[in-house]
Amino acid sequence: MGNPFVFIILAIIAIAAALGLLLSRNAVHSALYLVLNFVTIAIFYLILNAPFLAMVQVTVYAGAIVVLFLFVIMLLGAEQLRGIGDDVPTGEQFHRILSIVLAVALIGIFVYLIFSEGGAAAGDIPMIDTSPNQLGLTLFEDYALPFEVTGVLLLAAIIGVVVLGRRKGKEEGNNA
Amino acid sequence: MPSTVTIEWYLALCVILFTLGAMGVLLRRNAIIIFMSVELMLNSANLLFVAFSRYLSDLNGQVLVFFVITVAAAEVAVGLALIVVIFRTKRSINIDEINLLKG
Repeated sequence: MGNPFVFIILAIIAIAAALGLLLSRNAVHSALYLVLNFVTIAIFYLILNAPFLAMVQVTVYAGAIVVLFLFVIMLLGAEQLRGIGDDVPTGEQFHRILSIVLAVALIGIFVYLIFSEGGAAAGDIPMIDTSPNQLGLTLFEDYALPFEVTGVLLLAAIIGVVVLGRRKGKEEGNNA
Repeated sequence: MPSTVTIEWYLALCVILFTLGAMGVLLRRNAIIIFMSVELMLNSANLLFVAFSRYLSDLNGQVLVFFVITVAAAEVAVGLALIVVIFRTKRSINIDEINLLKG
């Protein structure tokens, strides 16, 4: 599905944004690279016949979550932190090299396995109805219980964040 | 160049993105960057869900992505609150300096 040319351009942007996130020394830049990666994935969702998820991706991820990240980075003043190169003690440099070797091996093994299995049938795959209407019906008919559990999870997260964010004692509250 | 994009292309892209996220978790020492890398890994899994949903003509994959997004949002909210609390006591979010539980 989709044009190979478009796929390759988007994939290059997504991987470059992920690399930028990893290698950037400034945490704010990392967050902005994360936005770029999220937007690229939203475009992939559009290509893959998931328009509603693309909009959710942009509003929830690129909107809410990254704003939360940026807010905390600026609240803590943690923009400038040491990058990959100079924050590892010299005795542990080999950890870094080892992890890079392992990552390359992992990608190599997966890509080899994926493409050695022979291509899947690339015929015309029927488009299904993925309108918000249909998604909502599936969500509330087949996934009613997980939906409720998710509500409880969000409530637990809200309570946890309020408890964590509260000032502990009065004396601490005075000098805040 | 092949005329159409098959599921293998998406598998390869998602593996690369997931591995980059795992590298971020392993290599970086800034707790906030580690959280961003976790988001990257969750997103690669989401993309694969949607890709399989498209190729199998099955809507369930897209519904699962909703749940993953919800869990990710809750996780980020709690995680960042933890980071703020840790920063208040330790004045640092370098994970090498967060070793109070070490015996």
